[in-house]
Amino acid sequence: MRHVFLDHQSTTPVLPEVFEAMRPYFTEAFGNPSSLHRYGLQVRDALAKARAQFAALIDAESAEDILFTSGGTEAVNLAVKGAAFANQRKGNHIVVSEVEHPAVLNSIEFLEKQGFTSTKVKVDPIGWVDPDDVRAAITDKTILVSLHYANHDIGTIQSVREIGKIASEKAIPFFVDAVASAGWLPIDVQAMGIHLLSFAPHRFYGPKGVGVLYRNRRARVVSIIHGGVQEGGRRAGTENVPAIVGGGLAAEVALREMPRRIAHAAKLQKRLWEGLKAEVPYIKLNGPEPGPKRISTNLNISTEFIEGEGQLLLCDMNGIAVASGSSCVSKSLKISHVLAAIGLEHALAQGNLIMTVGKDNTEDEIDYVIETFARIVQKLRGMSPMWDEFERGIIDSVIAPTGRGKSFTEHASAVSGKPVH
Amino acid sequence: MSDTYTLYNPTVMDHFMNPRNMGDIKDADGVGEVGAAACGDIMKISLKIKEGKIEDARFNTFGCGSAIASSSMATELIKGRTVDEALNFSNQEVVTALGGLPPVKIHCSVLAEEALKAALEDYLKRHPEKVAGQAEGKREEPVTV
Repeated sequence: MRHVFLDHQSTTPVLPEVFEAMRPYFTEAFGNPSSLHRYGLQVRDALAKARAQFAALIDAESAEDILFTSGGTEAVNLAVKGAAFANQRKGNHIVVSEVEHPAVLNSIEFLEKQGFTSTKVKVDPIGWVDPDDVRAAITDKTILVSLHYANHDIGTIQSVREIGKIASEKAIPFFVDAVASAGWLPIDVQAMGIHLLSFAPHRFYGPKGVGVLYRNRRARVVSIIHGGVQEGGRRAGTENVPAIVGGGLAAEVALREMPRRIAHAAKLQKRLWEGLKAEVPYIKLNGPEPGPKRISTNLNISTEFIEGEGQLLLCDMNGIAVASGSSCVSKSLKISHVLAAIGLEHALAQGNLIMTVGKDNTEDEIDYVIETFARIVQKLRGMSPMWDEFERGIIDSVIAPTGRGKSFTEHASAVSGKPVH
Repeated sequence: MSDTYTLYNPTVMDHFMNPRNMGDIKDADGVGEVGAAACGDIMKISLKIKEGKIEDARFNTFGCGSAIASSSMATELIKGRTVDEALNFSNQEVVTALGGLPPVKIHCSVLAEEALKAALEDYLKRHPEKVAGQAEGKREEPVTV
């Protein structure tokens, strides 16, 4: 069976040269960077090099602005909670978008139980945050503006530079979650007016187990993990040296290869969407059209009359690894909050699939995915009462309405006896 | 990449990949369509009933792998049962026959039970004479004096 990995938003394989660079730090150069002997000092040098490599990827002023954490989620937690607690004497209000990653939204939910408040700025139907809405949400109590660069679900690129300008004008710390975009979009923290920025090397061919928080020296954060004085006292705990070394090299390669990787991904993204659109009737793209408003790796589609987990499983059975924002896939049985925020009909959110390409996917693989997916849709529609009822004119299509029959949502609430959320 | 890892156990995967009794019955004696308010899945079961026995059962499902497998297994299990037996059908039977479902997916088997019972109700509505005890009329609850 063929194997096509189309879930690069979840993670990526470690580059062979990155793996090789990490190897000595498990066995020979195993020292603790806090130690004062040569074992420690040798490793400290390796961390300094990685800090410089990460700083270069995002155009930070100084390698000293780079803090290491255990992963993207911890970097986000440190940024949001650390900045909130550091500034609580100035105010208690946070401005955030409603389509952030759960690491951001749930950190804020935690802060709200501690007396902080937030305004969740709404998005337009392609998931874009209007900078004017951010400006309008800011109050004299606002101590943090938190916004991602590209959305993890639907790939929308936000107007970070404009929002950075607004935050600077008001002298409010600006945190950008770049976990879904670092390595795949050029980032210049200085030009973009970013004070805090999180990312994770495993999204660009580095290892898991390390996250990075960029902290501009003007931004204050208090530590949320307490212990020793590693990372300038801002993040206690022995650094994951092999992962940091590997992540640093992955960042260096990502910076060097970025134009080529973006061009390659964009070509495959376009081919995939054009192909799916041509082969599968009643299919819809969620988020912006491929182009400057969308990250080049991501496609988020809804296929009508069938459910997403079934699509995912049949893709997997055909060697194709994908993700889905359908409620059946989530442990909470809720559709992705991003799909809800863009106002996607429940029936379309149920039929959701997320495909994310990487540097090693080929055009041949994309063609295999298009052809296989068309067969999968046919098989699942053959089983679906919705497809049958659509063909008989009982319910109508949301994507291409025929004017016959009632809406899927009306039908679903009628048979379930409750309004569908 | 290894081919041995699947989201569900082999029985569930088999019923998802090769569903039994898929489709509609022409001139069905009872049809039930139900939706899960929790997740939005929809399941439809149609029955052919002869001399009080379920002769054929078919399904259509809009839902996840375990919902499809549950409807496939439920229709397999109830074929050949009498209407009275089928009215006592429980989702637990589907779960057991499938070799278990993840806790978050148990509601899929409940949906199969509900679809089956909706189809049986539809049948009984069309054939009121088959309702047990219907001939004497509905008895009042015994009143304690």
